[in-house]
Amino acid sequence: MIYYLPTHEYARVEGNTAYIGISKYAAEQLGNVVYVDMPEMDDDVNAGEEFGAIESVKAASDLFSPVSGAVIEINEELIDNPRLINEDPETHWIIKVEMNNTAELEGLLTPEAYAQVCANEKH
Amino acid sequence: MNRKLYDKLIFDLSCPGRRGYDMPRRLYDDIELPDAVLRQQAPALPEVDEPTLVRHYTNQSTNNFGVDTGFYPLGSCTMKYNPKINESLGADPVIAALHPAQPASTVQGALKLYRMLENMLSEIGGMAEFTLNPFAGAHGELTGLMVIHAYHDSRGDSARTRVIVPDSAHGTNPASAMIAGYEVIEVKSLADGTVDVDDLRSKLDETVAAVMMTNPNTTGMFEKNIPAIADAVHAAGALLYYDGANLNPMLGVARPGDMGFDVMHINLHKTFSTPHGGGGPGAGPVGVRKGLEEFLPSPRIRRRGDGSLYVEQTSDTALGRVSSWFGNYTVFIKAFAYILAMGADGLAMAGKLATLNANYVMNALKDVYLLPVPGPCKHEFVFDGLADKSTGVTTLNVAKRLLDLGFHAPTIYFPLLFHESLMIEPTESESRETLDVFIAAMRQIAREAAETPDLVKSAPHDTPAVHPDDTEAALHPKVKFSDL
Repeated sequence: MIYYLPTHEYARVEGNTAYIGISKYAAEQLGNVVYVDMPEMDDDVNAGEEFGAIESVKAASDLFSPVSGAVIEINEELIDNPRLINEDPETHWIIKVEMNNTAELEGLLTPEAYAQVCANEKH
Repeated sequence: MNRKLYDKLIFDLSCPGRRGYDMPRRLYDDIELPDAVLRQQAPALPEVDEPTLVRHYTNQSTNNFGVDTGFYPLGSCTMKYNPKINESLGADPVIAALHPAQPASTVQGALKLYRMLENMLSEIGGMAEFTLNPFAGAHGELTGLMVIHAYHDSRGDSARTRVIVPDSAHGTNPASAMIAGYEVIEVKSLADGTVDVDDLRSKLDETVAAVMMTNPNTTGMFEKNIPAIADAVHAAGALLYYDGANLNPMLGVARPGDMGFDVMHINLHKTFSTPHGGGGPGAGPVGVRKGLEEFLPSPRIRRRGDGSLYVEQTSDTALGRVSSWFGNYTVFIKAFAYILAMGADGLAMAGKLATLNANYVMNALKDVYLLPVPGPCKHEFVFDGLADKSTGVTTLNVAKRLLDLGFHAPTIYFPLLFHESLMIEPTESESRETLDVFIAAMRQIAREAAETPDLVKSAPHDTPAVHPDDTEAALHPKVKFSDL
């Protein structure tokens, strides 16, 4: 299952684990990504709060976590090659989180609801 | 354009043994230095003869594009013309050869000029006092926030840990607030680009130290609710900060002090015609309303009873120093010369002409470019890309195509309020003829976007450097000759 925030982050959920990254729409809007500021292993992230930042040739944006929990892995490939996010942002997640409150998922956007958010932004 | 890129480095031209200048060696024969401070290896300096040297730098200078080359509508930067008389006055040895540690009695004229410029800026800004010490706009912002911190501190009001910044602000605002030790709170803009006063009110409380605003804001709109905003900010015990980035259209027409702002900075390199960036150092003077003067940074220039001026190096109430001396003095000379040359009437006309020019360009293009915030605007305005989105031509493509047509690009993808921001600020320096040529170029690009979109998407075609890989440059910058 995949869920979204209106700020364009996704959480792809497998059991208690969430892979967090940015949506295709966000990657297109940002343009070529040059740097991803990631938390460290074992850091705690909180739903709706900032966990890092992403910089492109156009802009720098904060990253917000859709879920709460502990960071169990960061995508180290992005350190040397942040452009992977432009190639396929939904494969190249940014952090992997062990969720501590799966009930939070109910407050997130479904793919359909998120598509509507993007459609509204285009106007 | 179609100029060939001159891309040599001076080191590429180096040839062992070539000399453009002979050092008078004998002058130094008698000086003995301890071995410990002597180089073990000769420095890797380029070795070239004088004609090669002169041609190198002359050719390199032609790669540049500046306000002396052509129209430079870089929104938010106020790229007005820099009068040449400013340069000759700033470079005059009478001024350039002064040393900041000279006894005050030997530089009374220089100190007087400094005080006069402070007073002129106070008059223009509607403030009680100014300091010229900060070195640039962002440095001025930081200094202004430190003044605000010192003010709250002096009242024992230490619970104020947050600064409110609108989402349309320049990135330096939140950055300065962070560096000053504050938490940054964002306040939203309404559809017309102005600050959402209700959202602002809901965020104001006893933890807020200041609200930073730019007026007119970055969409070129005047914040009409500024009296209500100032009242709300002051009722909450916070101070209102004016970012002087967009002061140009206000010159001689409206004063931040009269609008209720407590602290402000001015970018002399924008509003007062001194060069930007590599063209010379900047200056970000900071002004304060009555009651905040004592917190301005040291050193300050003061007057004795007999009328003579002296330098007050420290003070118990000042926030300390933000510069080792008095700031970038030659920049003050240029701004001072500009103000005197323009006079009060001329300054008031500059702001009005800048506003007229911006509205002229905006109205001539708004049928083919999307205008998200309807005018009239002040000194600048923002398009949200082309009106016809079906061509796939982006703001980046339009900006690159403008380079082919002989113009500097406008500011793009700022402010962040719109996806395809294209921000145009013509300034008062431009003639109607120049604006007409620019308008024709922008209309040509809109036509090309519909008829031959690939031509625009693959631009630029005629610039000395065509498609630099900006992503690779940001990822793996090569900043030394030995990296190449």
